[in-house]
Amino acid sequence: MFDNPELMKAIFGRLTLEALPLHEPILVATFAAVAIGGVAMVGALTYFKLWGYLWKEWFTSIDHKRIGIMYVVLALVMLLRGFADAIMMRVQQAMAFNGSEGYLPAHHFDQIFTAHGVIMIFFVAMPLVTGLMNYVVPLQIGARDVAFPFLNNFSFWMTAAGAALVMASLFIGEFARTGWLAYPPLSNIAYSPDVGVDYYIWSLQVAGVGTLLSGVNLIATIVKMRAPGMTLMKMPVFTWTALCTNVLIVAAFPVLTGVLALLSLDRYAGTNFFTSDFGGNAMMYVNLIWIWGHPEVYILVLPAFGVFSEVTSTFSGKKLFGYTSMVYATVVITILSYLVWLHHFFTMGSGASVNSFFGITTMIISIPTGAKIFNWLFTMYRGRIRFEVPMMWTIAFMLTFVIGGMTGVLLAVPPADFVLHNSLFLIAHFHNVIIGGVVFGMFAGITYWFPKAFGFKLDPFWGKMSFWFWVIGFWFAFMPLYVLGFMGVTRRLRVFDDPSLQIWFIIAALGAAMIAIGIACFLIQIAVSIKNREKLRDWTGDPWNGRTLEWSTSSPPPVYNFAFTPVIHDNDAWWDMKKRGYQRPADGFKAIHMPSNTSAGIILAGLSALVAFALIWQIWWLAIVGFLGLIGTAIGHTFNYHRSFYIPREKVVETERARTQLLQTARA
Amino acid sequence: MLGFWLYLMSDCLVFAVLFATYGVLGANYAAGPSPKELFDLPLVALNTSMLLLSSITYGFAVLEMQKKNQNAMLLWLVVTGLFGAAFLSIELYEFAHMIHEGATPQRSAFLSSFFTLVGTHGLHVTFGIIWMITLIVQVWKFGLIEANKRRLLCLSMFWHFLDVVWIGVFTFVYLMGVLR
Amino acid sequence: MSTGTHSAHGHGGHDSHGHDSGHPESTFKGYMIGFVLSVILTAIPFWLVMSGTLGNKDATTVAILVLGAIQIVVHMIYFLHMTPSSESGWTMMALIFTVVMVVITLSGSLWVMYHMNANMMPGMDPSQLP
Repeated sequence: MFDNPELMKAIFGRLTLEALPLHEPILVATFAAVAIGGVAMVGALTYFKLWGYLWKEWFTSIDHKRIGIMYVVLALVMLLRGFADAIMMRVQQAMAFNGSEGYLPAHHFDQIFTAHGVIMIFFVAMPLVTGLMNYVVPLQIGARDVAFPFLNNFSFWMTAAGAALVMASLFIGEFARTGWLAYPPLSNIAYSPDVGVDYYIWSLQVAGVGTLLSGVNLIATIVKMRAPGMTLMKMPVFTWTALCTNVLIVAAFPVLTGVLALLSLDRYAGTNFFTSDFGGNAMMYVNLIWIWGHPEVYILVLPAFGVFSEVTSTFSGKKLFGYTSMVYATVVITILSYLVWLHHFFTMGSGASVNSFFGITTMIISIPTGAKIFNWLFTMYRGRIRFEVPMMWTIAFMLTFVIGGMTGVLLAVPPADFVLHNSLFLIAHFHNVIIGGVVFGMFAGITYWFPKAFGFKLDPFWGKMSFWFWVIGFWFAFMPLYVLGFMGVTRRLRVFDDPSLQIWFIIAALGAAMIAIGIACFLIQIAVSIKNREKLRDWTGDPWNGRTLEWSTSSPPPVYNFAFTPVIHDNDAWWDMKKRGYQRPADGFKAIHMPSNTSAGIILAGLSALVAFALIWQIWWLAIVGFLGLIGTAIGHTFNYHRSFYIPREKVVETERARTQLLQTARA
Repeated sequence: MLGFWLYLMSDCLVFAVLFATYGVLGANYAAGPSPKELFDLPLVALNTSMLLLSSITYGFAVLEMQKKNQNAMLLWLVVTGLFGAAFLSIELYEFAHMIHEGATPQRSAFLSSFFTLVGTHGLHVTFGIIWMITLIVQVWKFGLIEANKRRLLCLSMFWHFLDVVWIGVFTFVYLMGVLR
Repeated sequence: MSTGTHSAHGHGGHDSHGHDSGHPESTFKGYMIGFVLSVILTAIPFWLVMSGTLGNKDATTVAILVLGAIQIVVHMIYFLHMTPSSESGWTMMALIFTVVMVVITLSGSLWVMYHMNANMMPGMDPSQLP
């Protein structure tokens, strides 16, 4: 049977033993490490009998808080992978001078820079942002869960399934060698006949469904489930940015889905959208993918702006300066972000009129962004600033992001862009805004809300270590790239001829090493904090003297978040309640209606990943079976009409009484 | 309902991408057949009428739902589904005819974008019909309970939304294609 | 059937949205008006194109685009029951936002790609390339 190639092809499609990268020592070593680690983890989970707990309490959970935490965990795991790619590239580029080829063959190097970009954007930054929004938004608006709790679980597992596909490409087959946006004609079947681009397409399609649905979910939550009294202009700024981000998600991700579908038709069905002949036009792909791509940048950074707003006002002990202008700035950015996409390809040749339109809109977008920076500065002005770790990230953000923003305005000038296009200057610019904006923001957010999620603060010493290594490492890693960009070095190069450039690459590699230490310190911080959790315990639920509603519940909050839906009178609802001497109600509790857990989300996402895998390897029978299973399961799920239950009154009373006692001991 | 509406809005943007692609690539015949040679307007008109009729019959189903006439509602749903199936059959016939004449999706960028745009709409109709069958079974088994009513209204939005997209298709693709 | 069955589409803590606030009751009259209007608005453009009554391609194009736009509005009002007040205006807001996005995507792409073709491929008719 094994020597019948036709039969083997029918059963396994393109999947053969050669797909396993046994000839690449780096990958074999990585695989060994992952396998040993994986076996150890599975063993530990089995030994401590944690599978049932994980399945029942986490994997099938529809609690927005748990799902939020799972998103962040997924992001941190993927951060390690994405960062491993980064450090490999930096080492390769620092080595490959004076005739040396470095240590990475071109075939491998090209996969690494593609995977780095894809992972960092889709599977690190996106889950971090979505995770924080998931956790915080319902708490901030006084809701008990999101509008569609099952959908939320499903969204998470779709994102995780996409990440799993990217990880699978490491050991089964290969990833795309096209750069993170997979421009045709390179990504078309003629030039990328292997599975790499298919892995790219399907992992993004699967994760994209999750992102889109979670966007719909959070908009509906914010629109319909705000506590009474919380008018739009009384929403916390983080919720505002979350609303705008999700609007952007719902409006932008379909475009990505559409354009990737067209690319896959080109690859699978032989159509001619982006081919070089039969009337296809590759630039149409570039045009469409940036219609998604530019809003995506703001999808990532707006929630970070929200975090900074919360952190600045909390740690300055003041109301946020210019709340209204902050909201309007966010909305203006949301709309403008749709009118700038062409600045990613000024060099396409659309001519002066088109380029100047998009150049000007791009420059305009810096105005609301600048207004935000001033708002934060004025919030700090004459405030009683506490330099806790989240505040430190915020200040580092302001210093770093402003530079990134200014190089962005520089790139928005079309003639300048013609010189700098695709150079390392661009690489430095977008890392400057994404690390300096999004990553710093997410670290600020994680440190800020960690005590809410787990009931104890993160260890400040290791937090500061992580902070300093990250920030200094960032400057060392990316300022040399600005210099190199000015010298005309383009991106994605594997070897260099000019030896005078090497010193800059070595400095950049050192910077990356410092960031690696920063990441290590962050992990140590978590371990140390768990070990010292009793010392770091937060009994009050309000460890930072916070201002918004999430700090009014216990840390961690009960499943139902709020025993009574709060009534809002002010922007800083909790601050206002504290000022008015708010007393927690001690009785009058009622049974609480909550959605029940379900395994449908994880099953559906698992089937989606299976179908995607079958499509990548062209195992048609499996794709068909999987797809029918997917439809069947989805329909079957709609026959389940009993999706909620009541938390009995006694249980609520018990939980709330325990909290009252805790508060009393904490005060005493 | 708002959640489903938001989903529809995002679907709108998928179609926007396909329309934009058709708009940009629709004139690239690559020396192959042009819309004038391919499109059969009476057939398209027939197809359009199927979809319009299915819209009004869904409307009747919703009216019967409001009057709590379960059986009448189910009947109208079945009629709607049949009109939808008729629409799909005509569309498939049209596609088969074109492919038979050598106007395959691979022939030119114009045909790639034509088949994808119209095909995606057809795929939506297919899913609408599957959803309709599911709902018919659910209403038949569990009655017109609150959850089913909401689902019927969601499907109604989906169905009428597909109608709106079709207006764009016959105007922008077929009629303007023949004019070109 | 059991009246206790609760909202199936996974509604969580707040029960305030079991019913669709502001979703107006549909009427036979509304549906019929919509249907008749849409039949007329479909028939005219088909007739215009098939008979070539206007004689002028540009005029016909403009006419069918306008009629198409009107028909979309008719469908929105009579079939999709769009009113400024449904869901406290949020559906309308979402719709307007989406329309703006669709217009930007469509017109932007056409504009950008038209200029690229004009600049980068002068003198070539893309429809005649192999």
